Amino acid sequence: MNLTSLPVFSAGFWAATAMIAAVVLSSTAGEVLTAAAMKSIGDLDEIRAHSGLKGAIVAVLTCPLFFAGVFFMAVAFFALLFTLNHLNLGLAGPATASLTVFTNAVAAKLFLKENVDRRRWTSAVLICIGVYFLAH
Amino acid sequence: MILILVAVCAPLGNTCLAKGMTGFPQLTLAHPLAVFAAVFTPWVALGIALLIGFFASYLTALSWADLSYVMLATAWGNVVVELLARFCLHEQVSYQRWFGVLLITLGVGLVAPGPSHTVQPAPLNSGAPR
Repeated sequence: MNLTSLPVFSAGFWAATAMIAAVVLSSTAGEVLTAAAMKSIGDLDEIRAHSGLKGAIVAVLTCPLFFAGVFFMAVAFFALLFTLNHLNLGLAGPATASLTVFTNAVAAKLFLKENVDRRRWTSAVLICIGVYFLAH
Repeated sequence: MILILVAVCAPLGNTCLAKGMTGFPQLTLAHPLAVFAAVFTPWVALGIALLIGFFASYLTALSWADLSYVMLATAWGNVVVELLARFCLHEQVSYQRWFGVLLITLGVGLVAPGPSHTVQPAPLNSGAPR
């Protein structure tokens, strides 16, 4: 039996995996950094009610963590453009979006100290199984 | 309302990007800067506008809710992606992929009614008057 005939050993499989992984990891880094920035700033609705839209924009734009998050989100965006140029949306869209949900849950627990309880883990697992079916 | 905007703008934006990028010449690692030229094509530009709308509502949601809650509660945007892929981009969506969409919807339905914000334990001196 020729192993290279199996989908998992094909170059296309690993190329697709690498492209999706690049989008997911850079996106997770960006979202965790952005969430940390927004947590440090506080409720934007309250800031807008107190200082107006300009005050809310200034609050966001004067937070260094926000720019670190935007940098990684920009990396994720161009990685996504590259991926969409090679894979179809029905695979790349759900795979990157849903895997990012799971990696975000892990990162939120580890770095943001969020209470990711059994309900959220179950939800994340269901979504990842859903991705498996979407990808096959 | 904010969570609905987050969930809808992202897949719509991604669909516009996909429509723009499928008509774009094949990108290679030998010419990575060619990806910037794609930004000025109409579908990609519309996709970027929608993603800006997504980002504004996403930042607002993150300012009062947990990242893990926002990401899980807005994952049903994947259903929108499948519908758009099937009916706008005319891609084939198999029964297995529809089952995946169903599982994702179940996951979102499980987490959405739960608490949206983690209450951090108060520091020991929090009882002091401010």
